[in-house]
Amino acid sequence: MTRGIVDCDIHPNMASDAELLPFMPRRWADHLRDYGPLNHQGLAFALQHPRFNPGVARADSWPPNGGPPGSDLDFMRAHHLDAHNIDHGILMSLRPAGCDERNLDYGAAICAAANDWQHARFVQPEPRLHGGIMIPQEDPDAAVAEIERCVAKGGFVQVNFTPRASEPPGRRRYRRILECAAHHGLPVGFHVSGVPGHPSTGAGHLTYYLQEHHSNMPGMQAVVASLVLDGVFAALPALKVVLIEGGFTWAPALCWRMDQAWRRMRGEVPALTRPPSDYVREHIWYTTQPIEEPDRAEDLAEISGWVGWDRIMFSTDYPHWDFDDPRYAFRCPLTAAQRELVFSANARALYRLP
Amino acid sequence: MPTALHGAIDCDVHIPPPPTAALLPYLDAYWREQFTIRGLVGADFALTTSASRTPLACRPDWRPGKGESGLALLQRHVLDHFGTGIAIGHCLHGAVALHTEDMAAALCRAVNDWVAAEWLSRDDRLRASILVPTQNVALAVAEIERCAADRRFVQVLVLAMLDHPLGRRQWWPLHEAAARHGLPLGIHAGGLNRHATTPTGWPSTHLEDHVVGAQAFDAQLASLLTEGVFTKFPDLRVVLLESGFTWLPTFLWRMNKIWRGLRAEVPWVTRLPADILRQHVRITLQPVDAPPRPEMLAATLAQIDCDDMLLFSTDYPHWQFDADAALPEGLPEALLPKLLRGNALATFPRLAETAP
Repeated sequence: MTRGIVDCDIHPNMASDAELLPFMPRRWADHLRDYGPLNHQGLAFALQHPRFNPGVARADSWPPNGGPPGSDLDFMRAHHLDAHNIDHGILMSLRPAGCDERNLDYGAAICAAANDWQHARFVQPEPRLHGGIMIPQEDPDAAVAEIERCVAKGGFVQVNFTPRASEPPGRRRYRRILECAAHHGLPVGFHVSGVPGHPSTGAGHLTYYLQEHHSNMPGMQAVVASLVLDGVFAALPALKVVLIEGGFTWAPALCWRMDQAWRRMRGEVPALTRPPSDYVREHIWYTTQPIEEPDRAEDLAEISGWVGWDRIMFSTDYPHWDFDDPRYAFRCPLTAAQRELVFSANARALYRLP
Repeated sequence: MPTALHGAIDCDVHIPPPPTAALLPYLDAYWREQFTIRGLVGADFALTTSASRTPLACRPDWRPGKGESGLALLQRHVLDHFGTGIAIGHCLHGAVALHTEDMAAALCRAVNDWVAAEWLSRDDRLRASILVPTQNVALAVAEIERCAADRRFVQVLVLAMLDHPLGRRQWWPLHEAAARHGLPLGIHAGGLNRHATTPTGWPSTHLEDHVVGAQAFDAQLASLLTEGVFTKFPDLRVVLLESGFTWLPTFLWRMNKIWRGLRAEVPWVTRLPADILRQHVRITLQPVDAPPRPEMLAATLAQIDCDDMLLFSTDYPHWQFDADAALPEGLPEALLPKLLRGNALATFPRLAETAP
């Protein structure tokens, strides 16, 4: 492969929320200090499924300056971008998560500050890194305004929509946000995140982090079902969606199930003029990490063909513990053409990168 | 009659829940009076997740004509038509969704007794599952103990979406009782709607609700596995009813991978998750949710890599297939003996006692 890799999932990090203060108006900086977050879970500052690694990170990703993994751009350059020949990295800010805030105005302020922070600390100083616009999706007016603001600012290549919002993303309340992204030619990235108060599964709250980690995969299927069956793609033919950190080998079976049920019950969704699988094939991209590892490696190649090699994009999830190394992620051999698509060309085309 | 299915064991047919009036003779005096004076005799206890109006709920040519009863229809459309050897019936009564657990237990008792008297005693090809009041595990266990003596009850029946996942330790007395009586735990599609059916809230349509309903089975298997239910109760078998199965390869691969990374969190899971699940979990055939080409179905079965897993079912009267095409294209011929009978006999020990 002549060109370098595009990594579709890199996490910038901050030592503490206080790093946001310079990017917030006084009113919200005071709120952060005097009140703080109001969320939908029992714990205010910790995840309810305690993780397995300090910082949820690779042990070797702690920068020498003492900050948390992902917080030191120089170290990220040496440890990841240079070491793995990354031409482009798509940033995925996760915390603080303005999208989870019950106080909508505070949520909007957090998102705006986090966007300006990632721009100032990562996008501006490092041309290989590209921003994702964090949005307060429960307040569509504010979310649209934030997208417009960031588009004007430049440096952002994607809108980040949590796969776990208050309602499924296909619900009409969110349509304006998706429409705005499509209008600007920005893919909407659904990266595993969100604490909306709903259990992680339809079967109820989970016990272990192992289950919680796994539940990201069926969670992505709910996102797809909602976007497709609620008619989002039928209404917004220009919309492009990226599913980040939810795997991809499940997609064909979900399509088969949707198509089968649609053949019986299409009368309920007249907006869909084609089988659900058509919309999936046309509108949805997938990032690879954490990649599926079948017992027989060739099964991965077979299913990748069913998904579409032009829709699969490599990602590492740096610096998180379940990082995929570009040298070893695919257990099955790829042809040169497949490798070029997955590690480079698909993402360059989607995000309009050189 | 399609000869390929002659003598098959159909592991999923539906016994339509009776009108409440039909249950009155099976309620005790207190509940009979309660239902009467509270005006509940006309109440319809249909579950939202299996509402009978959608096109999927009943094949067009299986819809009942005027005055036709449930058993006669089942006999005409399935048992006589296919030459079924044994059929296992499920009566998904809405008793399980009530918040009052004593009424739920009374209704479950009535439903089970009604099933025994009005269905099992009228056709010796029929077997049934025990509907249990999952509102309260002690009451559910009591219902298992009450029904288990009748060997025509071959399985315990619960829904896929309850208040809490089925692996949680509060459920273990249920698993213990089921395993002790040689009754697999049958987990049927649908739920109580106690909380949103997806991690991001409520779907908008029956169609979407049906599609995402399959993911509850993913969650239940992950729960049963990680909590160590199969370690604690090595004889327990779990049957997924109407889950589909083409999603299973990815599930098995991801369970193996995440267990390799996080197994220290669940030290009682000492073998590869896929191996444990292949040993303990069985899945009814319909709905197949089949791929567009038969060779892709064969490939999917090869990925699942377990000839013991699938149990033949028609899912009568749900509209899963047309005419006699109960077996999807792409099934390997060699799998048919196990699929049609062998796997069911191995899964439900009570079937072998009377198998024709």
